[in-house]
Amino acid sequence: MSLTELTIADAAAGLRARKFSAVELVRAHTDAITALNPRLNAYITPTADAALQAASHADEALAKNEARPLTGIPLGIKDLFCTHGVRTTAASNILKNFVPPYESTVTANLLRDGAVFVGKTNLDEFAMGSANITSAFGPVENPWKRNGDAETKLVPGGSSGGSAAAVAAGLAMGATGTDTGGSIRQPAAYCGIVGLKPTYGRCSRFGTIAYASSLDQAGPMARSVRDCAIMLQSMAGFDPRDSTSVNCDVPDYSAAVGRSLKGLKVGIPAEYRAEGLSAEIEAAWQQGIEWLKAAGCEIVDVSLPHTKYGLATYYIVAPAECSSNLARYDGLRFGERVPGDTLDAMYEATRRAGFGPEVRRRIMMGTYVLSAGYYDAYYLKAQKVRSLIRRDFTESFQKVDVLLTPTAPTPAFAQGEKTDDPVQMYLNDIFTVPASMAGMPAMSVPVGLGATGLPLGLQLIGRPFDEETLLAAGSALENAAGFTHRPAIRAEGAK
Amino acid sequence: MSLDPATVRRIARLARIGIDESDLPALQGELNGILGWVEQLNEVDVEGVTPMVGTGHAALRTRPDVVTDGNCRDAVLSNAPDAVGPFYTVPKVVE
Repeated sequence: MSLTELTIADAAAGLRARKFSAVELVRAHTDAITALNPRLNAYITPTADAALQAASHADEALAKNEARPLTGIPLGIKDLFCTHGVRTTAASNILKNFVPPYESTVTANLLRDGAVFVGKTNLDEFAMGSANITSAFGPVENPWKRNGDAETKLVPGGSSGGSAAAVAAGLAMGATGTDTGGSIRQPAAYCGIVGLKPTYGRCSRFGTIAYASSLDQAGPMARSVRDCAIMLQSMAGFDPRDSTSVNCDVPDYSAAVGRSLKGLKVGIPAEYRAEGLSAEIEAAWQQGIEWLKAAGCEIVDVSLPHTKYGLATYYIVAPAECSSNLARYDGLRFGERVPGDTLDAMYEATRRAGFGPEVRRRIMMGTYVLSAGYYDAYYLKAQKVRSLIRRDFTESFQKVDVLLTPTAPTPAFAQGEKTDDPVQMYLNDIFTVPASMAGMPAMSVPVGLGATGLPLGLQLIGRPFDEETLLAAGSALENAAGFTHRPAIRAEGAK
Repeated sequence: MSLDPATVRRIARLARIGIDESDLPALQGELNGILGWVEQLNEVDVEGVTPMVGTGHAALRTRPDVVTDGNCRDAVLSNAPDAVGPFYTVPKVVE
């Protein structure tokens, strides 16, 4: 099997058995990036030289039997995580020359465990988007194609679209993502990979460029549930430098993969049979229910009555937090500056030139809902509805252990679709936003192909800090689905 | 609630985002589209509901009031778009 098709678990075993070296493994991926990135645009900044150097250190560690869990494993890093000495752009012109003098906690944890970073992956600008079309560095192409249509370029989802495309196409064995309203799970579904958004507070936010701080959460994206468990093991943990990091033990996530589901209660929320849910995804959902039943789960109908208000609540809360977080881009301390005669003229010119249209729109929405006279009507109201959304989940989790839903209402769509009306684009996140609003962990698992040959994902939502149940149920879905389909554009095929 | 052009200008001013007059109609339409759509929250009865601030998985921590960082002036200034010696430069703000 080609080195770019291996799982992280198999590659780690292969490295230890000396079947191949870390340099060979990493080179297979950097070569694939050289070959395919000009087309897919999954990476903003490939880092082949540094990766090969790190790989030779990994081989030294392997030779001395000092390998760590991720030693020699090539990973992509969403370009929202600050990496010491490596340009970090957030896919924005305002940070196009920003070189962090520090390392994010999540990437520092991965480096501690031996991971090799092959590059910084593309994303929607400041993680604001659902199709990876708002990047200042150009859109990412989904490596999947509709049956019989090699021409139409599909979106990889967003905002972690570069990470999802890179993992799907074999340009990384796994990648980090961040998820604010679905930015790990929706692209994972669109690209046929596994993506896990942990509980809010599970992974440190330190050094991750902020979008909406009460929602942002880092998580793993990989080609198997076990690989996500391996990555999460490294990424998770208490960090005193993040005031919302939660100090609780990190369990052995890999041990949960393949765990028996006998007697597990799985909730099926009625409200997710929403308008706009495609028939093929509804059928995949029903199939998922049957698979979990066959694995020994008890299926329970539940109701999350405020589901339909999740998106509207999100599009008040997230822009509000974004307008506050992005106030730091003032052209003074870091980032690009456009000169002006006065301080205000400099701010206005800098932020006009530095931010793209979607980011400017969200900053302005957020500014409005927080402004005098409108705060109570919009922001405070949204915070109250958010309490009700969380209460729906809390009450459901008194009856069931995990929820099963679709990840997105449709498979991947084409570049250029849904771009006229911001609200139409926002509707992609209808099933992922509620768990984000409540801070619950959730995971997308690919379960099959739809009529047009595109991957379909199902979402599992768990209790706070119960990522283990997601991994257990996710691996049951993975085994039952036997999803071995690969995208049309991938490293192996390119050779 | 519908935003008029003057309000869109005021929001842009508050957000310190420069806009051209030619941007106004499109921006006004988009913002009004989003605001019209979030109006659906008016259906929800929130009487007596406490607003959710954070996810409540943990209480905010305190830490000892000690210096934990510093002596990294060059690193701090390394990304400044315009620095002179150990200073950031800014346009003149006092006449």
